[in-house]
Amino acid sequence: MNNSATNDKNIKDQKQHKVHDPLFQIVKRDGMEWYKALGIRLGAILIALVVCALVLVLLTNMLGTPYNPIKIYKTMFDGAFGSARKTWVTMQDVAMLLCVSLAVTPAFKMKFWNIGAEGQTLIGGLCAAICMRYLGPALPDFLTIPIMAVACIISGALWAIIPAFFKAKFNTNETLFTLMLNYVAMQIIRIFIAIWVPTGSGVLSRIDNAHLPILFGQKQLLNILVVAILTVIMYIYMRYSKQGYEISVVGESENTAKYIGINVKKVIIRTMAISGAVCGIAGLLLVAGRDYTVSAATAGGMGFTAIMVSWLAKFNPFVMPLTSFLIVFLERGASEMASRLRLNESISDVVTGIIIFFIIGCEFFVNYKILFRHSKHNKEV
Amino acid sequence: MAAFSLIIAILCSAIIQSIPLLYGATGEILTEKSGHLNLGIPGIMYMGGISGVIGAYIYEKSVTVPNPFWSIFVALMSALIGSGLLALIYSFLTVTLRANQNVTGLAITTFGTGFGDFFGGSLTKIMGDGGNLQLAATPKYFKASLPFANDLGPVGKLLFSYGFLTYLAIVIAIVAAIFLKRTRAGLHLRAVGENPATADAAGINVTRHKYLATLIGGMIAGLGGFYFIMDYTGGSWTNGGMGDRGWLAIAIVIFATWKPIMAILGSFVFGGLYIAYSYVSPMFASLPNANTLRPVIQEAFNTLPYLVTIIVLVITSMRNKKENQPPQSLGLPYFREER
Repeated sequence: MNNSATNDKNIKDQKQHKVHDPLFQIVKRDGMEWYKALGIRLGAILIALVVCALVLVLLTNMLGTPYNPIKIYKTMFDGAFGSARKTWVTMQDVAMLLCVSLAVTPAFKMKFWNIGAEGQTLIGGLCAAICMRYLGPALPDFLTIPIMAVACIISGALWAIIPAFFKAKFNTNETLFTLMLNYVAMQIIRIFIAIWVPTGSGVLSRIDNAHLPILFGQKQLLNILVVAILTVIMYIYMRYSKQGYEISVVGESENTAKYIGINVKKVIIRTMAISGAVCGIAGLLLVAGRDYTVSAATAGGMGFTAIMVSWLAKFNPFVMPLTSFLIVFLERGASEMASRLRLNESISDVVTGIIIFFIIGCEFFVNYKILFRHSKHNKEV
Repeated sequence: MAAFSLIIAILCSAIIQSIPLLYGATGEILTEKSGHLNLGIPGIMYMGGISGVIGAYIYEKSVTVPNPFWSIFVALMSALIGSGLLALIYSFLTVTLRANQNVTGLAITTFGTGFGDFFGGSLTKIMGDGGNLQLAATPKYFKASLPFANDLGPVGKLLFSYGFLTYLAIVIAIVAAIFLKRTRAGLHLRAVGENPATADAAGINVTRHKYLATLIGGMIAGLGGFYFIMDYTGGSWTNGGMGDRGWLAIAIVIFATWKPIMAILGSFVFGGLYIAYSYVSPMFASLPNANTLRPVIQEAFNTLPYLVTIIVLVITSMRNKKENQPPQSLGLPYFREER
């Protein structure tokens, strides 16, 4: 920068002809070897874990019960895998988060920003609760459960079709629409609970009918298996089916899709229906397979976390179990830390937030490279 | 006369409810005008609230007799710095590192609400005091209204009975409206949000406009959380107490069709919907099964703000009027070399 001040007029003249060369330049990469990309991402996670450990060490020191980083991660590990029961619950949490993440994936791949998975899951869950409550006592379980499953899938799909229809027809902003529908879904659940619970406590007690079957004496197993099967189906659907291909074309460029004769409106509505249907399944598993009751917090923010899980996995269903596990591990680990230190459980959100910031940030280095003035001259001139 | 004072009371509480929403909505409008849909606003509002509380708590702890000016100054500055920092993380990730705006925004919200609830629940323990978090002096200075407000009758109460943050919210909204509509810098900002490539070609510094808009927008939104804690709740933190106000603020942006002046009206309407039920409920008292019906009607009322937003969103997109649309490049990253 100081060159122009110190050097003579000659350079000034040159500069008038030459375009000013910036110190560095950002260029999109053509593609990176997978192991390098993996290395960058693992590096980011590692740095993030170190930063989180530092934050927690600082915190424990302020509280007068100092922990070193190893002890912190050992505690977090105990929180997730400390006992057989904890391990099962962790696995189930991973499965449920994975299920919602699978649901948002096709829509995201299409660049349809469905942030309404929370609401779609809740509506599915509400339908499960309605079936358990009204059909459960009247019909045998082997009849109720299939009806319930169908009801959940259809209701979730319908709840997702509403914004998709308006997007296709009037180009209504889907991010904001789906976001609002989450809260409408929560309110609908609160209204139902207000009707069902005359005491006004707002808490629906356990419904004892039409629970999903417990396999091999392990309550969490069925949910995990269902989600595992869904993962494989979703991978095949996205990767090998014609519809999956149409989704990625619409996502890359709507104009290209129109040009090659894809009915974009139809694809949008169909894809959102699938997205909502999988959310409906998540609602079914949560209500009839895990909680046996429903509340506005049944989905517990998974609809939002799932977006990050799906995005971190680059929309690949076979990577999502890992990203989903990362988030669940942090949540359960941090809440174990919190309970040991008698702190607030929200520390897990802080830790999750920090880690996601790092992972989001590192994608830049996977997709772009920075050319400094010197290196550029060496390479390209 | 009773009806009149009831109306005044309703209007007053609607105004009180509307202020956090107005701050959030004004901040989000500025941000969205630069083409960034910041879904981190709910988190940033929490951050503004808790940072202000932390600043005030430390100040109150460090002096024996708090001075009103310094109390206000320290609390306000910490709120601005806290929410500003979080907004800066958002703009660094989305502008410089070109990360996906939705994912980044949601991560900001996760972090911000977590940070707020964590320190809200644990600050006293970390500082070695224990007990619930309750500020002693600072909120009083923020709640202080003009001394003669109560002598002016109902109209005086309606207009003058609030702390200064209430008026600041309206002033900021009006200034933002004038800035966007009447100034050159505002025109540049809108150009960046509509079409960054064109703005860039016209010599407007896109990156700087995006950074400043998200940063200042975030700080304004942070004041919403700050108002909620200092004025509305009077300095006590309950976890999740702010509820869904951050999301409602984003809803108001749509309702106001990206116009700060309309946001004043919008937050007033939404604030009114927030409290509408408690004034309508006496009408149901005469019904035979009023007690079982009441919670149902209450929840139905709470659904209204969201339904209204959806209806506005659908209608504006159906009418497709140019001046009511979102900024054209909203949500899209801008990369100069990708044109």
